[in-house]
Amino acid sequence: MTPVTTLQQSTGTARPVARRHRTRTAPVDARYPYWFYLLPAVVYGVFFLVPTVVSFYYAFTRWDLFTAHWVGLENFRTFFQEQSLVRGLTNTLIYAAITSGLKVVLGMALAVLLTSKIIARGYLRSVLFFPTLVSTIGIGITFTVLMNPEKGLINNMLSHAGVTGPAWLVDPSWALYSVAFVDVWKGVGLATVIYIAGLVSIPQEYYEAARVDGASSWTVFRHIMLPLARPATATVVLLSLIGGLRSFDLIWTMTGGGPGFTSDVIASVVYKQYQAGFYGLSTAGNVVLFVVVAIIAVPLSWFLNRKEVQA
Amino acid sequence: MRNARPALVGGAAIVVSAVFFLVPFAFIFLTASMNTVQSGDLSFALPHGFHLIDNLKSVVQARDYMILTAFVDSIVVTVVSVTALVILGAMVAFVLQRRASRLNPAINLLVLAGLIVPPAVVPTIWVLQKAHVFKTLEGLMLIEIAYGLPFCVLLFRAFIATIPRELDEAAMIDGAGPLRIFFQIIFPVLRSVIVTVVVLQTVFIYNDFQNPLYFLPGDDHPTVQLTLFNFQSQFTTQYNLLFADILLVTIPPLILFVFLNRKIVEGMAAGAVKG
Repeated sequence: MTPVTTLQQSTGTARPVARRHRTRTAPVDARYPYWFYLLPAVVYGVFFLVPTVVSFYYAFTRWDLFTAHWVGLENFRTFFQEQSLVRGLTNTLIYAAITSGLKVVLGMALAVLLTSKIIARGYLRSVLFFPTLVSTIGIGITFTVLMNPEKGLINNMLSHAGVTGPAWLVDPSWALYSVAFVDVWKGVGLATVIYIAGLVSIPQEYYEAARVDGASSWTVFRHIMLPLARPATATVVLLSLIGGLRSFDLIWTMTGGGPGFTSDVIASVVYKQYQAGFYGLSTAGNVVLFVVVAIIAVPLSWFLNRKEVQA
Repeated sequence: MRNARPALVGGAAIVVSAVFFLVPFAFIFLTASMNTVQSGDLSFALPHGFHLIDNLKSVVQARDYMILTAFVDSIVVTVVSVTALVILGAMVAFVLQRRASRLNPAINLLVLAGLIVPPAVVPTIWVLQKAHVFKTLEGLMLIEIAYGLPFCVLLFRAFIATIPRELDEAAMIDGAGPLRIFFQIIFPVLRSVIVTVVVLQTVFIYNDFQNPLYFLPGDDHPTVQLTLFNFQSQFTTQYNLLFADILLVTIPPLILFVFLNRKIVEGMAAGAVKG
């Protein structure tokens, strides 16, 4: 199906161009010269591609930035044998799953609310979106204080409601989740905006048809909004998942990977190993992150986009 | 009756949004206005006496006016990187979208890779050292440009697809070369998506913490996010100063937000759905 359409497209655009070709001497592609690529290619190549490619070599070495000793799989063996590092891997997956899951559900719900006829819609959209723009470090520090177990505002409010709040960032079983909640708090505005765009682009006729058929609001949501907002869902899922897998700033500011290593993620492990001077091991951590992101994001994006074409 | 429900839902939403989103920002402002003793309580309360101005002064003077250096550094890095990203990103997207070429699949793959692949940190430091730009503002700018390009290309390409080719052809017939076609014809038409890219990348680069942490370590060239992080350990007994610093650092995004709020949301929505 796809090859046919691209073929039609390309002949469709090529034909008028070819016709003009006979009358004019200048080659048509002179308008779009390849040297426009030159500078970006150099910057991107040198500072992104080269480091990425060489990381696959240095991950197998003991390395001090000057000399590198080939040690084979030793870095990876170390990585997967040390409990603290493996914990970083599982935490990364948990963190990414929680944050992107919550952003999809809350983003969709808030978008439905904010596209319906309620008062103060503009104000609500603005308020919700603002945290996206604010410094992650600033927000991290603020919530570290708000989540203080004894004095913090959150547990204070909870105790007024008769609930004893957890020791958010201090309790090993809560730390990772607490940071994930703050991540969702900060990022849900972006997810909502993307969903709003998706919902607004659904033609009104679908709703009218459903109303004529006497569909309930739930049916409208389930059979019109949800499937037709699929491109938005794909965007939100991919963005938040990739962001979640790579996340570092918030965790590093709020817990530093602690208590112990209970909220460490791969990105914080990479930083700790780098700080400790284990450059080879740190780079191996990067390669692990690369593989994890690729294994999850590539098939997912393929799956989401394929379904989109069918619908 | 029919008008009561939207008002009711809206009213509830306002209350909930106030608790979840306005209280944290009010907390920052109130704590930044307290004296040191009161701020130690970490409580959500009106300050005893208004000390915001004094606190801001102390923050600015801390560590030999480090925050001012940091603001200059952050602004220089942000402005230069974003300018380069807009121009280079649009140039790549323009040729990529317009010219049917055998290179296209490869370039598309690189764009996708840039969006997905996490940068390899230590090898990047190694490259920066080899290029003699490690721990320099230039080095950080090059990094921000390299990391931001794929996203910019993606947004620009989607938008350029909506610009009719007849425009380029007309300019060509008038004898314009590629640079004039691009800068005088295409670039002005891109205005709305440029606003989006500028806002998104400005926010991202200004707020960036991880890249300065790795590629611009040391006190010679602090960025505001790094000073915030450093002040966190320095001011643990002076929460009023810590929050005054957060307030100070939040002002630029706040200004951007106040002026461009609507455009940001529109542009982001358009870009995200097309991309």
